[in-house]
Amino acid sequence: MTGGSTRSGWLIWLPLAVFAFLGGMFLYGLTDPKDEYVRSRMIGQPLPAFSFPAATDGIAGLSNKDFTDGKPRMLNIFGSWCVPCKAEAPMLEQLHEAGVEIHAIAVNDKPENVATFLAEHGNPFTRIGAADMAFQVQLGSSGVPETFIIDGKGRIVHQHIGDIRPEHVEGLLDRWKAAQ
Amino acid sequence: MEGRAMMRGALSAVLKPLPFRGGIGVGLVKRDAILTDPTPNPSPKGEGLILALVLAVLPVPLAAQDGPPPPLANVQLENPAQEARALALMENLRCIQCQGQSIHDSDAPIAAAMRHEVRTRIIAGESDEQITGWLTQRYGDYVNFAPPSTGANILLWLAPLLLLGFALLLARGRFRKRPS
Repeated sequence: MTGGSTRSGWLIWLPLAVFAFLGGMFLYGLTDPKDEYVRSRMIGQPLPAFSFPAATDGIAGLSNKDFTDGKPRMLNIFGSWCVPCKAEAPMLEQLHEAGVEIHAIAVNDKPENVATFLAEHGNPFTRIGAADMAFQVQLGSSGVPETFIIDGKGRIVHQHIGDIRPEHVEGLLDRWKAAQ
Repeated sequence: MEGRAMMRGALSAVLKPLPFRGGIGVGLVKRDAILTDPTPNPSPKGEGLILALVLAVLPVPLAAQDGPPPPLANVQLENPAQEARALALMENLRCIQCQGQSIHDSDAPIAAAMRHEVRTRIIAGESDEQITGWLTQRYGDYVNFAPPSTGANILLWLAPLLLLGFALLLARGRFRKRPS
């Protein structure tokens, strides 16, 4: 340290600076709300071509052609086995009442379970197709529930990951209106 | 091989609905060591016991995930060369739900769907680049454990070298001359 102190006195501050920088980054990371979702890169792209049979009796199946008549809609991906899907049911009902037509895909599901789910939690859906998760990979989607907003030309304009909470309803409605 | 795949499928069905991300339980029981490693298991009894204990303790909902995973999710391809390619790809692709794991390691339903997609595309004759590209189009570079070294990603590859160089520089100063 004999020669060092005179030759490069500034160097002594370097570890502290590095420490302060890292500490700052950690603090920043702590204040940043946690978001570990991987978002779909399919926003702005047309829906892939698909055609799925009805997920349960009494309600029609779903194909990508059901999204191309000029009317923006929502596409909800759920499963009767998924707990957050039950939690978001009232919010889907609100969106439905506000005039949104919602189509759905029931993932890895059985007709009788879908019927029970609809009976217990209400049915805001116009059509429900039955698919497996391979369809979600095509959408760049990562789990259930998820809700996509699709414009009148069948293009994906927004992806909502996770259950819709009361505070999300207004924002989703705004985005749906913007897709008109 | 068939039996192994079925066993793995059955176990996935049980482990799938775990409410947390990352599959801690899966790590505990060394699922792959039991089910997919062709070498004989060193202590089947001990691991079986651990598995039983873990399963007994975990609150697994009974009516979770209906329906089987997509057909090629847990079934090896008949052509060993193709399966080897699939394996190499799957070890390099990130599970979208439990992001520290590759889709080869993960029991998440979406990882099963991605494995199915990889194998289907290999059978269809796509190249490794095409398959990774197809998934990147949907999930972004994040899906790839070896992101392409372009743009800001270069920093990922260069930072270790830069730091090492800096460390050598510091070390050199210390080791050079020693005034008596």
